[in-house]
Amino acid sequence: MSSDVLLQARGIGKRYGAGCEACAELTGPQAGVNRCPRCGTVHALCDVSFDLHEGEILGIVGESGSGKSTLVQCLYFDVDASEGELRLRGEADGENLFDLPRSRKRRVRGRLMGMVYQNPLRGLRMDITSGANVAEKLLEADVFNFRRIRDRAAELLASTEIPAGYLDAFPRSLSGGMQQRIQIAKALANNPPLVLLDEVTSGLDVSVQARVLDLIRELQRERGMSMIVVSHDMGVIRLLADRTLVLKNGRVVERGLTDQILEDPQHPYSQLLVHSTL
Amino acid sequence: MIRVQGLTKTFHMHVRGGAVLPAFQDVSFHVNPGEFVGISGPSGSGKSSLLKCLYRTYLPSRGEIWYTDGDSVTRNLASEDEHVIISLRRQEIGYVSQFFPVIPRVSALDTIANGMVARGFDRTESEERARSLLARLGISRSLWDMFPSTFSGGEKQRLNIIHAVITSPRLLLLDEPTASLDAESAREAVALITEMKQQGTAMIGVFHDRALLGRLSDRVLEMSA
Repeated sequence: MSSDVLLQARGIGKRYGAGCEACAELTGPQAGVNRCPRCGTVHALCDVSFDLHEGEILGIVGESGSGKSTLVQCLYFDVDASEGELRLRGEADGENLFDLPRSRKRRVRGRLMGMVYQNPLRGLRMDITSGANVAEKLLEADVFNFRRIRDRAAELLASTEIPAGYLDAFPRSLSGGMQQRIQIAKALANNPPLVLLDEVTSGLDVSVQARVLDLIRELQRERGMSMIVVSHDMGVIRLLADRTLVLKNGRVVERGLTDQILEDPQHPYSQLLVHSTL
Repeated sequence: MIRVQGLTKTFHMHVRGGAVLPAFQDVSFHVNPGEFVGISGPSGSGKSSLLKCLYRTYLPSRGEIWYTDGDSVTRNLASEDEHVIISLRRQEIGYVSQFFPVIPRVSALDTIANGMVARGFDRTESEERARSLLARLGISRSLWDMFPSTFSGGEKQRLNIIHAVITSPRLLLLDEPTASLDAESAREAVALITEMKQQGTAMIGVFHDRALLGRLSDRVLEMSA
């Protein structure tokens, strides 16, 4: 692993079912389906490899069902990958993180990763306060001092432009845009070198979307963490990502510099995606 | 510094029934440090596409782009890893595109200064340099804190030039940088370009104004439609 590489993903796959010999031929972008017509196995993700460099923002685009969310969920250990290898620099002596026991995966995640889900219901607990949500992430990262937790939570909510009074508010009583900010504060709590963002602006209205994107861009510039940004919105990708992977039916069909993907897409599907932008 | 060999770009438009559109074919030339190579040719002869290939916004279909970087390492930009391209763009290669890619909700001053900060300069120093260049190219002080999306074509074009030159690139690609400028701004922009050339920046430029092109260029590459 070269010194600039923070995360290395090799051959990551996720399938639901046992698979058969015909799967490889009958599923994927050529076939246009994820589900093998012979054995019924669904290949949500297949043979995805990439390197993420320090401070880099990698965009992942593709239509619904292309495997974008499955990919970040595998990286965050929310979903168990069926195959492949994942390495984070300096972690587990270069072992494949997918092979670690669950408790160690949780620790890696707690210390080194942050995740912002499309739906705040997944990323936040609605029955505890905003501050407690952030604290939860700090506890995962082994911060146990109450004063420190409370100060850090207040500081994080401030940096994500959430008024101080909201620290003790329940997320369920807040707007979608506010909930998304609390998720971002929570994801950044442990100062992780890697942040995963899954369709974070979908469902927000345009002005809130813009503020959330600006916030992400600003925090990234200040802290220099690496990010993986999943979006079906080419505008979000254009704004945030240095490089982009295009997924279709669980496979990477094209990868390149974001401006190249947007201005000179090579794969028929990338061309369709770019030319479908309103 | 840069040696282009047999560069060819062809677009395959899968969304339009697989139509094949040749942009340019078999282009070869080289540029030395401090040299200006002008590119001339009728509309549609592939001048802008050539610059975009050199910057890797377009993926060359065939041929090589040998670039020797500041550490004297020579690489083929046509097929080089994207991370290397990103780093070269940040550190060494500037590009004034025909249309300025405005970043929404970022002020003119920050848009310019951020390029220098990304290169590792201190923010105060970057902003100082940004202000002096904005003033030099006649961008009114009252606009510095405004969003460039609201600027006129000429103002955007001047920002575009400043954005590309502020990091003092080793190689500068210019696509009609003075097309929408009034006479005075154009003169100032040309003076800035000339200064950089004298300081050793290699340049490849497209200009519609043939007299200007002739004046700036050490050599002119003619492209045919």
